[in-house]
Amino acid sequence: MTAKVDPGRATALSAPRFLDAGEAALVVEFGDVVDPAINDRVLALDAVLRADPPAGTAEFVPTYRSLMIHYDPLLIDRDTLVAMVRRAMEAVTEGRAKAATWTLPCCYDASMAEDIDEAAQILKLTRDQAAALHAKAAYRVYMCGFTPGQVYLGGVPKALVISRRPAPRPPHPAGAVLIGGGLCVVAPFVMPTGWYVIGRTPERLYAAERKDAFLIQAGDNLRFDPIDVATFRNLEQRAASGEIVARKAAA
Amino acid sequence: MTAGVPEAIIRILSAGPGTTLQDAGRHGYLRYGVTAAGPMDSLAHATANLAVGNPVGSTAIEVSPGGIEVTAEFASLSVAVAGGEFEISLDGRPLPPAAVLNLDEGAVLKIRTGRSGSWCYLAVAGRFVVPKVLGSHATHTRTGFGGVNGRAIIAGDRLRIESPGSSKPSPGAIVAPWLERPVDTIRVVLGPQHDYFADDQIAAFLAGPWSVSAKRDRMAYFLDGPRLTHARGYNIVSDGIAMGAIQVPGDGRPIVLMADRQSTGGYPKIATVIGPDLGRLAQARPGTAFGFEAVSIAQAVAARREEAAWLSRGIVVEPLVRTRLSSEFLLGLNLIDGVVGRDTVG
Repeated sequence: MTAKVDPGRATALSAPRFLDAGEAALVVEFGDVVDPAINDRVLALDAVLRADPPAGTAEFVPTYRSLMIHYDPLLIDRDTLVAMVRRAMEAVTEGRAKAATWTLPCCYDASMAEDIDEAAQILKLTRDQAAALHAKAAYRVYMCGFTPGQVYLGGVPKALVISRRPAPRPPHPAGAVLIGGGLCVVAPFVMPTGWYVIGRTPERLYAAERKDAFLIQAGDNLRFDPIDVATFRNLEQRAASGEIVARKAAA
Repeated sequence: MTAGVPEAIIRILSAGPGTTLQDAGRHGYLRYGVTAAGPMDSLAHATANLAVGNPVGSTAIEVSPGGIEVTAEFASLSVAVAGGEFEISLDGRPLPPAAVLNLDEGAVLKIRTGRSGSWCYLAVAGRFVVPKVLGSHATHTRTGFGGVNGRAIIAGDRLRIESPGSSKPSPGAIVAPWLERPVDTIRVVLGPQHDYFADDQIAAFLAGPWSVSAKRDRMAYFLDGPRLTHARGYNIVSDGIAMGAIQVPGDGRPIVLMADRQSTGGYPKIATVIGPDLGRLAQARPGTAFGFEAVSIAQAVAARREEAAWLSRGIVVEPLVRTRLSSEFLLGLNLIDGVVGRDTVG
């Protein structure tokens, strides 16, 4: 250990800022960078508040570095809410509770990974190297957002850190695994994107008819399991019939 | 038709693009990336529902500037229209822009874009029978959630109405002065990222003048006006987005995020439109000039309280005066004031 304090850690341990997103949403901001320690604090506060939501609060939206609390200001005023959040923070215990670890099948074949050659070229890697690096890393789910069930992952290896595209590319297929800006996303809905498609999972992160419509939670850990095209097709069929094809291990 | 439960059909004869079914929104799933959707102008949506005796937040048709034409099948329907100043007619006879009426089987209700406003609501006494997605009928077309198979309403759709009720309201004007909202000033609460802008840029933001650009939909209203500059860059680590958030991307042109907004985003948000002014802004047409006024949380909450008070008094419906309708149409109408309380369920 050196004496130098990790700036991310320093931010993570400072008091949060309370910011207003209008009169019906309060942002509890723990920092302004992507940092696991900051995200831990967000998720810990989220868990405490959700376990016993103050009357008048409607939704809690955890992101990388802040928790947005939607509330009805006719039922709870801002000062009361801030006081209750401060009290909730005192109840926060260290560490993340109930983080599951997922193994998500991912096909890196060029037919499923439309941009892998382009990304590998920019990164000065071969296609196989890029796929191997991506599959070997351990990821953490920082947040869900943008489309239903979509997850944002940290833990992308340095060799795969790539800038986002200057302009969006045409829509990617459902289940696309993308990298961009040092992060990784698994995207269950067809959308245009400024990221690079480097693989595809047959798993459905959102399935309306499933008991747990949303498979993966913020705070979970995640790994990718490389599969070939034939396995992809097989798992895709099983997923379509309602089976969960990713593997889950409780913490 | 289900035995025992009275039903009727509202048939869509024509519908402009972007006309959708909306209830109060799909709440509780923002944390999983699910957009709430819901009405662009919730005050007008609530007014139309209350006027037909439905609870606030019931499913209604949100009519886009493209307008709509509908008729009733199997039974008559008690309907209300409220929102922007659209041109309403029933079998060719003009009605006021906020009105209740009885839509007989085969009668044609036309709603066309009028003098002002961008959205209006067609509420029907009873309940729309369409599948719920995550507990809501709200249509979000980008993800295909809710409404009619996740899409906008189109000509030929036949929407089932359960428990349409048997009251046949005389045509009347909804007395809703709160729907007359000039768009000269839109109130905002500054933040959550106004510290990404220098004081002179905050001043420029408030002064405007702004206008809604032609580039607008249920997701976002792009604004035309001065270009704003950032003091601390324009990429932030993504955080939550409330309806009405005004984000300023790298080109300095603000975007107001509306009902179909994404759940999270990565541009600094200079301010957030207060709840009671969201509908006012939503109704603004491209080119209408306005400025922003920064208010405190307390002022914003007071405006909310005022809005809630209007609705809690119930909706007053005035019988139509002779100048508005032909005499043969008025013949036999029972011209009695009707007051529908918010607890009345049709």
